Amino acid sequence: MEAEREGGEVLLSVEHLSVSFTRYGRGWKQKKLMAVRDLNLEVKAGELVAVVGSSGSGKSLLAHGIMGLLPYNASREGKVMYRNQALTQERLKKLRGNEMVLVPQSVSYLDPLMKVGEQVRKGFRDPQSRKKCREVLARYGLGEEAGKLYPFELSGGMVRRILISTAVQEQPRLVIADEPTPGLHMEAAVRVMGHFQEIAKEGAGVLVITHDLDLALKVADRIVVFYAGTNLEEAAAGDFRDESRLRHPYTKALYRAMPQNGFCPVPGSQPYGDDLPKGCVFWPRCELAEGRCQKPVPYSRFRGGMVRCWKAAEGVCEKTGSQGRR
Amino acid sequence: MGLEARNLSFQYDNGNRKILNNVSMYLDGKDRLGLMAPSGFGKTTFCKILAGYEKPDSGKVLVDGKPIASFRGYCPVQMIWQHPELSVNPRLKMKETIKEGRRVERRVLEGLGIETSWLNRYPGELSGGELQRFCIARALGEGTRFLLADEASAMLDLITQSQIWNFLLEEVKMRGIGLLVVSHSEPLVARVCNRKMNLEKNLS
Repeated sequence: MEAEREGGEVLLSVEHLSVSFTRYGRGWKQKKLMAVRDLNLEVKAGELVAVVGSSGSGKSLLAHGIMGLLPYNASREGKVMYRNQALTQERLKKLRGNEMVLVPQSVSYLDPLMKVGEQVRKGFRDPQSRKKCREVLARYGLGEEAGKLYPFELSGGMVRRILISTAVQEQPRLVIADEPTPGLHMEAAVRVMGHFQEIAKEGAGVLVITHDLDLALKVADRIVVFYAGTNLEEAAAGDFRDESRLRHPYTKALYRAMPQNGFCPVPGSQPYGDDLPKGCVFWPRCELAEGRCQKPVPYSRFRGGMVRCWKAAEGVCEKTGSQGRR
Repeated sequence: MGLEARNLSFQYDNGNRKILNNVSMYLDGKDRLGLMAPSGFGKTTFCKILAGYEKPDSGKVLVDGKPIASFRGYCPVQMIWQHPELSVNPRLKMKETIKEGRRVERRVLEGLGIETSWLNRYPGELSGGELQRFCIARALGEGTRFLLADEASAMLDLITQSQIWNFLLEEVKMRGIGLLVVSHSEPLVARVCNRKMNLEKNLS
């Protein structure tokens, strides 16, 4: 299984991706807001990669950045490659919606004045599209009558399933799902994730962006930990079974904040936009922080994963599993 | 004395099945009740009725024995909605939105980790998790006696989730606020609540 995944074609590779916004400060003064910086990521065919990060860490921007759906005042730097070719706007326009699809985050991405079935069919009314639509809806446990409703008539969970249906109507090669499961009960969420797993098994690459670590652990092959606009660690899902196998202090803090592992938060909150700390973005909250943490930290390979931390890379975090605990 | 739902039944006008059927519940100021059910089983509808946003077809909602509709001004039952981005006015700055909670103490804002600079932003300039902190603060105005948290932490990351719940638990304990927690997360409900109720079973 491992070898098979290794051999999968690299569908998407993101190197040093940065997304920044131009905002107005006082009067006409323009301010640049760095929302995502120096992000590295790879998705292979047949693989389910989960990007796990806190709200406001720029997860959605990552999805929109890859898909070229950023608002007009945002700019993107760095390299985004799809099947070894750069993803330009023109190429995106061709691929988006059939080869690469996005499962959007929020209910508000649906047209409120159009019946959801029609939205899944993208407006086509021929018998074949109707049949396909019925099949897709049935796959997600929705009856035909659900397609005849307007978005506001559906419950939160049903809307989710509709959003996924719109994406898998075609046979995509790369699926990027932006928070596909909030508001679903665990069973349904696992089922939804199971569908993404299925899509991955059929050979597509799937990138799921989520804040739900629990869920990601159940289905993903690899977990990328995202914090304050960049990735701090990349780990195999199995590493999360044991705190000592995790690499970055933030990931360890995340582990301990889970209701079943102590429910114990580290103080402070994630830095945002203008006031990002220099160097490692986690150092103000990290007990192990020292002088060099305030200088840029490389993203380096460590114990079969990746980590952006001097100390972890030297094996210091192994011994002190308790930092951050109050 | 507490918040009581007596034999609530409810059906939406679109002719779908009866979404709530004879549901009863009692919540007092010391309670932390977890409400669980699969999606589409009327958890949100139940909360909306309890908070007075929706009228039940039959049955009553009573606060200290008085019907909820008889309260004027600030409603003692406040709700935290599942989708914060849909529950704030997009054209109001956050400092205006927070006033919808009447008097919200500074301590609450600080406890929720709301930064002063966020107050001057519009909802569109905040992330979902940041917005939800405001929605929680708004629901914790002085007059709140019962708090309905409808998937309040579904969009938060684990650290923020545990920060916010640790704060909320302390706050409701201190002020004697009854808490109804709607959540899909078994471990969370197990951690936060002192008893559990399943709407699915109530239906049959």
